[in-house]
Amino acid sequence: MINDLILRVVTKWLSPIIILFALYVQFHGDYSPGGGFQAGVIFSTAILLYALTYGLDAALKVIPETALRVAASFGVLLYGGVGVVSMLLGGNFLNYSVLADTPLAGQHIGIIVIELGVGITVAAVMILLFFTFSRRVDPE
Amino acid sequence: MNEQLTILLVVVPLMIAPITALFKSHTISWILTAIVSLTSLILSFIILFDVIDGSHVIYELGGWRPPWGIEYKIDSLNAFIALIVSAIACLSTIFAWQSVPKEINENNYGLFYAALQLCLLGLLGIALTGDIFNLFVFLEISSLSSYALISMGRSRKALTAAFSYLILGTIGATFFLIGVGFLYAASGSLNIADIATRFSTFADMQLVMTGFIFILLGLGLKAAIFPMHSWLPNAYGHAPSVVSIFLSATATKVSIYVLIRVLFDLYPVAYWQALLLPQILLVLGCVGVIYGSFRAWQQVELKRLLAFSSVAQIGYIIIGISLLNNDGITASVMHLFNHALIKATLFMGAGIILYRTNTTKLSELRGFGGSMPWTFAAIVLAGLSLIGVPGTVGFVTKWYLLSGAIAQGKWIVVVAILAGSVLAIAYVWKIVEAMYFNSKRKMVIQNVKIGDINLAKAPFSLSLALWIGAAGCLYFGLYTELPYQSAQSIATALLSSEVAP
Amino acid sequence: MIEYILGHINYWFIIAVMMVGLYTLISRTNLIKKLAGLAIFQTAVILFYVSLGKVTGGTVPIVDEAYTLYSNPLPQVLMLTAIVVGVATTALGFALVIRIKEAYNTIEEDAIFTLDQKDHE
Repeated sequence: MINDLILRVVTKWLSPIIILFALYVQFHGDYSPGGGFQAGVIFSTAILLYALTYGLDAALKVIPETALRVAASFGVLLYGGVGVVSMLLGGNFLNYSVLADTPLAGQHIGIIVIELGVGITVAAVMILLFFTFSRRVDPE
Repeated sequence: MNEQLTILLVVVPLMIAPITALFKSHTISWILTAIVSLTSLILSFIILFDVIDGSHVIYELGGWRPPWGIEYKIDSLNAFIALIVSAIACLSTIFAWQSVPKEINENNYGLFYAALQLCLLGLLGIALTGDIFNLFVFLEISSLSSYALISMGRSRKALTAAFSYLILGTIGATFFLIGVGFLYAASGSLNIADIATRFSTFADMQLVMTGFIFILLGLGLKAAIFPMHSWLPNAYGHAPSVVSIFLSATATKVSIYVLIRVLFDLYPVAYWQALLLPQILLVLGCVGVIYGSFRAWQQVELKRLLAFSSVAQIGYIIIGISLLNNDGITASVMHLFNHALIKATLFMGAGIILYRTNTTKLSELRGFGGSMPWTFAAIVLAGLSLIGVPGTVGFVTKWYLLSGAIAQGKWIVVVAILAGSVLAIAYVWKIVEAMYFNSKRKMVIQNVKIGDINLAKAPFSLSLALWIGAAGCLYFGLYTELPYQSAQSIATALLSSEVAP
Repeated sequence: MIEYILGHINYWFIIAVMMVGLYTLISRTNLIKKLAGLAIFQTAVILFYVSLGKVTGGTVPIVDEAYTLYSNPLPQVLMLTAIVVGVATTALGFALVIRIKEAYNTIEEDAIFTLDQKDHE
């Protein structure tokens, strides 16, 4: 598959568009359907597509595994961190209203950061799953 | 009191587990786990003393009002379960210090401890939440991490055990989810307290009963109630020692806690009395006691023997619930605590034997009791508690269970408990016989070099954890105040919410 | 009778999907096929929840002045979580199957059982 010209070219053009769409789903998620889960999965498909056409080693050069592990943990920490910050500011855990001057602005900030955490973790975990599985099987 | 403490019980493991997963060093991961379990223990103690008088702590997650938002409603039962879980987590963490480096692949230390913390997080979450879908999510968090933990056992059988647990556990959780769906379709709410208060308005709907049966089946699978226990012996028998200790003492207990919540708080007692459920549970409990004890007696391997004895002990708890009177419920709730303590101690004993001799086959342990007298003394002490000898924790529960059964004139229960106790004597005797009375055969212990330090010296942290457990068995058998007071207040609260039968 | 069947058409489909999943789960000895059955079974529950939230004539639950009747978004949100749980379960199951394959060199349940019996002796 690595030598298939059409696939290589299409992948090269398609990957950035997929990533762009993932970012749109991520950051427009508080106004329209979307959010961290969906964006994370869409983002990971771009990397998966790249890995399928160019091989696992090439994909690992784009995103090393250590970075993925750190990202997966960081997403959860970001999520929990928002909760803890809102607790420190005097609200309940995950009460975004206290994050800014007005509750409405607070809710906006809260949900965007939360969904960012979810998106990072989901993307990292999906890519990690693919990498770990594909490395276990002999590439015949 | 500051109710923010309740959520910290869930937040602390949530924040520390992902950090732990990044480390490869055993020391750092262990210290982080120790911090998590110790904080949980302290927090559960504070919360329990806060609510033991029958009051509630209510925590609205994210500041959303229930029934729309997720609400954590802590009464004495929640706090009691959280205390059991975090106390056992502390014991397992002490035990882990020297047992994990021996049993787990060194590349996986961080991931192992992270999974352990996530399992703790899931179990604590189940114990605290008042939202039934949130409960499902926590149930899956704890189950998924426990599948992973079990699969890290040393023999390849651990893999198949984890796989069949994964299949059955997921079926159980999915059944629970279907049940919750039916209940949601009928009530339009996921908040346990909200559903309970409005129950009479939709009690006649077919959906409610279908949902009830699905929820019961799902929880029965998760709690390993006879005859849905088939995953338990393999899973606990082949898991790494620390995981056996932690899960055998907490995972099924927490599922039984959910069962108690569903039976007493979510659905009115009269509703399932009309379905003859107390009678069904009573029979299942009695058969479970005798079957579990009998199968335990048949086993030739220590950890599997203990796992089957768990099936029997779950039977006792189910009997207590089905009696529907104060003594019965008190006995059940106390047995949640007592059995957690006993089983943790026994599995710690088995873990030490495994650590030092590389085997838990009873036939290969012949006459080994003389070489490690203190370990075996603790095992015998916990074994006596399992039988229910006066002065140990096991006696206290059986006493209340018997008095509850006699008060209701359920003589079949008395027979089952006595038969179960006789069989318990038989299988505990089997351990004692193997350890003390068989001729010592020097070279049977495999994989251990002669003069190996492992044989000569009991590792300190392992013995410490074991003896804390054994001392607990004795202490709470003599001074029953803390568990009894909590159990009494829980039983009164559970029964008072309904018209007594 | 016909009306009853047609009126609950979504439930009949869901029950069918669920039974296909459970049957695959129970009848197959191949561990991968078992996991596939499990995934189908979980999918049926997801369909069940989503069909619970559908309000006849209701639109997508996004606030807009032109519409007043919306479908219930809560079951869909719940199922988002259940999907994630399902993905995690399946991934964990596959990971276990790969390790079982490495340890036993087979993924047929009865072959594994025979190997375990041999170990026991």
